[in-house]
Amino acid sequence: MTYSVPKVAGEAEMTVGRDEATSQWPMWEVFIRQRRGLSHVHVGSLHAPDAETALMSARDVYTRRVEGVSIWVVPSTEIVASDPDDAEAFFGSIEKPYRHATHYEIPDEVGQM
Amino acid sequence: MSADQLGPDQRGPARFEALLEAEDKIEPTDWMPEGYRQTLIRQIAQHAHSEIIGMQPEGNWISRAPSLRRKAILIAKVQDEAGHGLYLYSAAETLGVTRDEMLAMLHSGRQKYSSIFNYPTLSWADMGTIGWLVDGAAITNQVMLKRCSYGPYARAMVKICLEESFHQRQGYEIMLTLCRGTDQQKAMAQDALDRWWWPSLMMFGPHDSESTHTEQSIEWKIKRVSNDDLRQQFVDMTVPQADFLGLKIPDPNLSWNEERGHYDFGPIDWDEFWAVVKGNGPMNRERIEHKRQSWEEGAWVREAAVAYAAKQLRPKHTRFAS
Amino acid sequence: MRDETPDARRQTPHEPAAALFREVLSYADDNLVLAQRLSGWVASAPDLETDIALANIALDHLGVARALLAHAGEIEGRGRSEDDLAMLRSEREFTNLLLCELPNGDFAHTITRQFLFDAYQLCLWELLSAHSGATLAGVAAKAIMEARYHFRFSSSWVVRLGGGTDESHRRMETAIGDIWRFVDEMFEDDPNRRASWSRLIDPVLAEATLEKPAQVHQRRGGRQGIHTEHLGHLLAEMQSMARSYPGVAW
Repeated sequence: MTYSVPKVAGEAEMTVGRDEATSQWPMWEVFIRQRRGLSHVHVGSLHAPDAETALMSARDVYTRRVEGVSIWVVPSTEIVASDPDDAEAFFGSIEKPYRHATHYEIPDEVGQM
Repeated sequence: MSADQLGPDQRGPARFEALLEAEDKIEPTDWMPEGYRQTLIRQIAQHAHSEIIGMQPEGNWISRAPSLRRKAILIAKVQDEAGHGLYLYSAAETLGVTRDEMLAMLHSGRQKYSSIFNYPTLSWADMGTIGWLVDGAAITNQVMLKRCSYGPYARAMVKICLEESFHQRQGYEIMLTLCRGTDQQKAMAQDALDRWWWPSLMMFGPHDSESTHTEQSIEWKIKRVSNDDLRQQFVDMTVPQADFLGLKIPDPNLSWNEERGHYDFGPIDWDEFWAVVKGNGPMNRERIEHKRQSWEEGAWVREAAVAYAAKQLRPKHTRFAS
Repeated sequence: MRDETPDARRQTPHEPAAALFREVLSYADDNLVLAQRLSGWVASAPDLETDIALANIALDHLGVARALLAHAGEIEGRGRSEDDLAMLRSEREFTNLLLCELPNGDFAHTITRQFLFDAYQLCLWELLSAHSGATLAGVAAKAIMEARYHFRFSSSWVVRLGGGTDESHRRMETAIGDIWRFVDEMFEDDPNRRASWSRLIDPVLAEATLEKPAQVHQRRGGRQGIHTEHLGHLLAEMQSMARSYPGVAW
């Protein structure tokens, strides 16, 4: 369901009150292998106090409709991400056309290659 | 101008604008204007809160569902809403706010939720109208949000849309069954429509001319269609559905306008709208109180789980059942 | 009342229909009443993930109840549907275990009730999946998968609450103390089943640093339709629509 909540005139801008946050459950990223032969795919995140609970919650939250044969849960803090500022340097020079089959011309008479 | 020629301070904003221009997604670690971040946090959080609070009006009828099949469907639907809230909180958390912080703001009234959920569910037929009208209105909005510029929000919306398909259908099926039933059942259905029609139209928010921030949200590709256009879309879609049920929409000004190619409809009571938004609707206090109470009563459970986890020297996976 | 030993009943190729009807109905009632209780946690659980988990478990119990009610109706052969049986029988005709009708109480009470019952059903479905009746065996075979997950979930919470904070430990002790007098009823059909049940729950209670209460006077009567005062209110709510609008479609 999708809702818009209009802003009331004079309403204070949302401020993040860290002192109000109770000791919360850490966040976990969830990966699911839907069927044998497929890779695990990231499906989302959830909060759980520990790994066993995270696994069970992942099953309850993310496999209600989608089949799953294997679930991985990883504490979100363990994910190491590449820096978007480095994206150009990191990924930019990946283009090496000679890695791709289409770079090569093989006469049709040779057959499927 | 290539990225190399930009100074470090300009690269982020330039990339942000380029991504928007190209209809690409903004992802969590991208540079974004602080206003964009704050607008999204507010919008996604309030969307999530709406899903969670929305569990209550329907949850009110689980114990009294008139058949076991209806009970199962209703539990599944309300559970889906919890799941949708969860996906949305997760999307908002990518913007630097925690779920606990968002819940604290919901409980204190600093963040809000859709006003539609401040109306009481007074009969079984309300389950039908909520599915048919409220989910119907939501779906009208949904397609738009799948195209939102912020990646995690757009992806959450795709997941939500996939699960959403049965929600409206089960509501309409309830209405169909009632309207094909006894006179009492049909009267129940008409009464529910009478009470939920106008609040459903109010779900789309004020006229765009009176809505602050619409322009900026459209520029940032957070909002893709105006409130009034969405509301019109909803009316055009829903009137024939009501006709099919043999129910009368409680609007004497409702009529097909051949010239416009749309239904004309009557004026919305904006006094009621703003009263409910500001906290003076029929169920505002009860909804928040219930949420706050559940949260407080559950504190010892959450704390116990944290304490237990801390006591484990190494994480272990205990198998109790073979 | 059972007039045959449990083993004889299971090995006899041709079940007396009435006895089988009553047996299947009692398992259905356990799951129906518990589903009704659990669904009361929707929108009220300590956190979102747990709300979703409890709803899942409620749906599982409801699914089993519906399958068993339909089967019971077939055995009876009087054309009663799942809804006829669920919504139109009186309190005295319900034969669920008293354990299942206990109020939710706090989360410790709900988890304790669930834990003790999950272990019971795990043993029960194991046995019934070898039943001579194909339908009942089929339901049991599917239900055992769900029961394994339920037991994992409830055990996990017993351990966390028992071993969490002083408060959670205290609440679990209270819950076990309140609920223990409804345990024996689970084994009045078949005392042999108690050993397998204990083998399941004992290690979990030990890990949770929780103790089983000393001998407690046991409440019985559910299987004979003699209930606590809780069931009447539960049924009044559950059956209210069907009784207010008799014979209509929903």
